[in-house]
Amino acid sequence: MREKIIIGLAIFAAGLLAWNMNTIFTQLPDELNQGAIYRIIYFHVPANILGMSGFGLGMLLSIGYLVTKDLRYDALAASVTEVSLVFASIGLATGSIWARIIWGVWWAWDYRLTSWLVCWLIFGGYLMLRRAVDEPIQRARFAAVVSVLGTVNAYISYKSIEWWNTQHPQPVLSIRNGGGMAPGMEAPIWWNLLALACFSAILVMVRMRQEAFAREIDTLRRMAHAQ
Amino acid sequence: MFLRQVWTVAAKDLHSELRTKEAWNASIAFSVVILLLFAFAFDPSSEQIREFGSGLLWMTYAFAGALVLNRSFARELQNDCLDALIASPVSSAALFVGKALANFTMLFAVELFSLPVFGLFYNTWPPRFAPLFLVMVLGTWALTIIGTLFSALTVNLRLRELMLPTLVYPMMIPVLIAAMTITTNVLAGNPMGFGMRFLVAFDIIFTLLAVVFVDTVLVG
Amino acid sequence: MNALEIADVWKYYGDFPALREVRLNIAPGSTLALLGRNGAGKTTLLRIIAGLSRPSRGSIKIHGSEAREQATRRRIGVLGHGIALYDELSAIENLTLFGRLYGLPDARQRADEMLERVGLARVRDGLAREFSRGMRQRLAVARAFLHDPEVLLLDEPFTALDDRAIAVLQSMIQGMRDRGRTIIMSTHQLREALELASHVALLQRGQIVHAGERTQQMLDDTGWLYRTYGEN
Repeated sequence: MREKIIIGLAIFAAGLLAWNMNTIFTQLPDELNQGAIYRIIYFHVPANILGMSGFGLGMLLSIGYLVTKDLRYDALAASVTEVSLVFASIGLATGSIWARIIWGVWWAWDYRLTSWLVCWLIFGGYLMLRRAVDEPIQRARFAAVVSVLGTVNAYISYKSIEWWNTQHPQPVLSIRNGGGMAPGMEAPIWWNLLALACFSAILVMVRMRQEAFAREIDTLRRMAHAQ
Repeated sequence: MFLRQVWTVAAKDLHSELRTKEAWNASIAFSVVILLLFAFAFDPSSEQIREFGSGLLWMTYAFAGALVLNRSFARELQNDCLDALIASPVSSAALFVGKALANFTMLFAVELFSLPVFGLFYNTWPPRFAPLFLVMVLGTWALTIIGTLFSALTVNLRLRELMLPTLVYPMMIPVLIAAMTITTNVLAGNPMGFGMRFLVAFDIIFTLLAVVFVDTVLVG
Repeated sequence: MNALEIADVWKYYGDFPALREVRLNIAPGSTLALLGRNGAGKTTLLRIIAGLSRPSRGSIKIHGSEAREQATRRRIGVLGHGIALYDELSAIENLTLFGRLYGLPDARQRADEMLERVGLARVRDGLAREFSRGMRQRLAVARAFLHDPEVLLLDEPFTALDDRAIAVLQSMIQGMRDRGRTIIMSTHQLREALELASHVALLQRGQIVHAGERTQQMLDDTGWLYRTYGEN
């Protein structure tokens, strides 16, 4: 059943993505000020939306684990957070490439960039912590605590960096400040979001199965050691 | 009862630390070295020192703090003392608050020591000390509360010394930003700004979260 | 009321059940020897009783109240693998500290009494770090008995102790038994344990395969218990 869902989703997502690519690269004209590079927005925005909502979902699942003590919540939280971190990395990388072309620098201390990097570091720490704990239940407890504190902290970081950067007036360049996009240009963002969301669902499902295998191996190992 | 347990734990930690001075010596030496190294990175006689001096100061506190915090729960590992504390009638919350108070005291002492060193090296003295101490108290409590919780969380892990800074520093960023900004204002003789309210709110939120979660962390 | 009621306790490590369906009732005044091979779950069970770990399922009641409650933990004494003493504190400081943590009204006086009983009064102000191995062990025994616990948990008490510490421990245990206290000790040193025990429980792969009174037969033939109830 799970196999069929994964294959079905993969076919759908691949088809949608191919169709999107066609629209983005052959149908849409270059943007007036930015030229061809603006097309990166079609990946940058969906990746960041997925990353952000994924971290939030990870926190809810972690709370779910702490309440129910059901390891499946933990496995799902870990999978979702890991996939979100991949999308967050894509978001940072695409943003950086865009910035190099438009702003002339790979990195600018814009408040969104900075707080997104902080968020990335926090959840990178979450994944490192998971690797440092051997016992699955202890790992689940610790990871859940870090996920909740990390999400709260990431939100506070975002707000604080925003507050203090707006205190020092400096040009905050942002795509969204550039005014509305033409309707035909905006639609592919949301179609791409759907396609990438399907891909992330596939990744989460595959990752969940790995988690289940890992738990089984851990159990077998413990059985073998117990006399 | 709760307060007496908190006090017993805090007094125990401070007493042990006064005997050995392990964390104290390491973190004092470390903070002086950092302040010295910064002097090579930036021109200490320039006028700009007023602007980024507070940043140096708080980075010194954060780095020196990691040494204090790393020892906090690690000192319970010898002879399985942590188990004895958890098995005793002291609640996890009391144990945590007690340790946090001890860490706060130690870190604050380190800060008080390195403040004149900073003033000496960089020739920067605040026009008034009271607001500076207020920021130091609020900021240090925030650093301590995060650090103590993660010290408890990482104490039994492989790679404890590596995991603690990896987890703690990103979490400290909002505190450090706020504390640095306010300290810059204070050093320049300006009003402190709304950062104080932010620090107070941060202290309250994270103290509550830590007290809620510490039992989950300590008792499996 | 039973001194200890373990009702259907399970403990998982991941999906592996380290304890399965453990049920055990112990009357006040009993001395229970918890037997089993390494990895059978003895330490896991003792840690749960001591409140150091929570059961995944089931409940533990000590004199009718839950194991993790503060009031319950005041009635339990634990002597584990580590000696649980601070090396940089003196003997009297160590004991006073734990007396305060257990809420004893006259912690220092009680600490002095205990030092007297384990024969360390002469070195009361010496740092634990400077003590010999045997002295540290006696100090650890004093710490475990400090608050006169109603239920005493001993994890492998005789393995690492030297002769004098064993003598001190045995006389303390005897004193506890005379006052109707309950003692639970895990051990794989059969002879010492069986001599002290009034009851035995045998753990195997996380399950209790036998629980009951200690019989003369067990003393006469120490292998009998494992042969009869064990797998091999």
